[in-house]
Amino acid sequence: MGSTITEKILAAHCGRDSVKPGELINAEIDVIMCHDVTTTPAIDMLAEKGLSKVAYPERVVVMPDHFVPNKDIKSAEMVAKIRRWAKDQDIGKFYELGRHGVCHALLPEQGHVRPGTTIICGDSHTSTHGALGAFSTGVGSTDLAATLATGELWFKVPETILFRLKGKLGKGVYSKDVILEIIRRIGVDGALYKTMEFTGELIDDLSVEARMTICNMAIEAGGKSGIINPDQKTIDYVKARTNESFELFSSDPDAEYCQVIDIDISDLEPIVAFPHLPSNCKPVSQAGNILVDQAYLGSCTNGRIEDLRVAAEIMKDKKVAKNTRMIVVPATTDIWKQANKEGLLDIFMDAGATVSAPTCGACLGGHMGILAAGERCISSTNRNFVGRMGSPKSEVYLGSPATVAASAIAGKIADPRKYLQEKP
Amino acid sequence: MTGNAHCYKRDHINTDEIIPARYLNMDKEADLAKHAMEDIDVDFLNKVKTGDMIIAGEDFGCGSSREHAVWALRGAGIRAVIADTFGRIFYRNCINNGFIAIECKGISDKVDSGDKLEIDIENGVINNMTKKEQYEFLAIPEFAREIIAAGGLLNYIVRKS
Repeated sequence: MGSTITEKILAAHCGRDSVKPGELINAEIDVIMCHDVTTTPAIDMLAEKGLSKVAYPERVVVMPDHFVPNKDIKSAEMVAKIRRWAKDQDIGKFYELGRHGVCHALLPEQGHVRPGTTIICGDSHTSTHGALGAFSTGVGSTDLAATLATGELWFKVPETILFRLKGKLGKGVYSKDVILEIIRRIGVDGALYKTMEFTGELIDDLSVEARMTICNMAIEAGGKSGIINPDQKTIDYVKARTNESFELFSSDPDAEYCQVIDIDISDLEPIVAFPHLPSNCKPVSQAGNILVDQAYLGSCTNGRIEDLRVAAEIMKDKKVAKNTRMIVVPATTDIWKQANKEGLLDIFMDAGATVSAPTCGACLGGHMGILAAGERCISSTNRNFVGRMGSPKSEVYLGSPATVAASAIAGKIADPRKYLQEKP
Repeated sequence: MTGNAHCYKRDHINTDEIIPARYLNMDKEADLAKHAMEDIDVDFLNKVKTGDMIIAGEDFGCGSSREHAVWALRGAGIRAVIADTFGRIFYRNCINNGFIAIECKGISDKVDSGDKLEIDIENGVINNMTKKEQYEFLAIPEFAREIIAAGGLLNYIVRKS
């Protein structure tokens, strides 16, 4: 019996020839990503236990992103503490404001994600990096602290669900719609404790960035990780960003899966997740008359350059609706600069949107676009839980960047296909 | 271990609800405890006494990885959470903090708020002293019990080194 890519990577990182689902292992961790919210408590814990010395500073990448630019005094103290700590520990990879970005967009963009590696971060959307053929998973602050102190971490080898995705995306339909459809089908705990491996014609056709959107939301189905076998696109993406070597792992044809799910996405429509779960999805054509106060384009899910291009294509020479406001948050500094160079930021601002500095910001109800009671937001982010973007009495609807752009113009949840068809 | 049950039987109670992100600029238990569960139950802190337990449905603690959720509950006096199932990262965070999280299928249908419960970790049994019922649960894995006994993952690492 063969092994899955996840089993192979984990085996290689605990000095074994193979591992099986259910086994408890200690795995070497290649990349430890640290952001502001979950790293500060880890630093305190380590100091308290006399474990202050980071075992492998060269494996650590630090990037304050949640509450930067600092939202208040407490956040400023948190970021100051991380900055001091990184300096004290000789951690060279520190992304200061001005080079910074949302961690899951920045890490691969800056060449820190390589196929075949193991990656952890105190953040649930760490599943993103599986899009490049890495084992990447979100953990808590104690896990983070333990990994900083020892370079390794305990895991139960997960079972894997294989998603075989067939068909081609229609106009106005994107990888965000695909992952929302998957979550609709299996539910928010449909992959609990498991790895979601994505394969098939659809995945082959997607860009590396679009694949990240799919793996990013594996956690929204309860998944431990999302993963895609690396191909030439992956190799090209990684080699353009790093000279460090990497090993390619792929699932064997006779690998064992706990479940195989076949989905034909040929007829998929744009999908919108209604409050208050990412699984509460409807095709946009059945959304009804949902007026929106705010449209939010950004986040680790959909704040990359391709997302901004799609939204700008729809918004060019259009205006944001009178009773709606729009916030665009390019996910990283490089994305911001690229969007500016391509004239995308002008398109957004001419349409009446505002453009902010990179930040996790309002996605998690932090700052830069919080919702009041009774307000509704259409958002390209990943969660629409109660109070996620502000007041517990507000509502978040999730969609693709195209759906967000179309809805901003219409002032209500709208089908992006209509706007794309108007183009010559 | 004995305590009174507080039932939140809805499935998928997420960490944003247990401790909203607007309080993540703090990380001390006492500070977080003041806001534990406030978006679900504004009365939570008035109801809970030290030693009490939360009973929940499927997938308790799903969503964000914030360990602040465990700290907020513990700071509020909660000593264990018993749920049908847990979100994965929350479950890890419980083990790593030496905080008792017990998976017990069907528990949310059997227990009511105010029931007095006794947990026997060794034998995998919950004793409902109010209803005079017993519920078995899958024993916590030995590795996790060692971490819990050490008082958390970092203590466990310190002891081993």
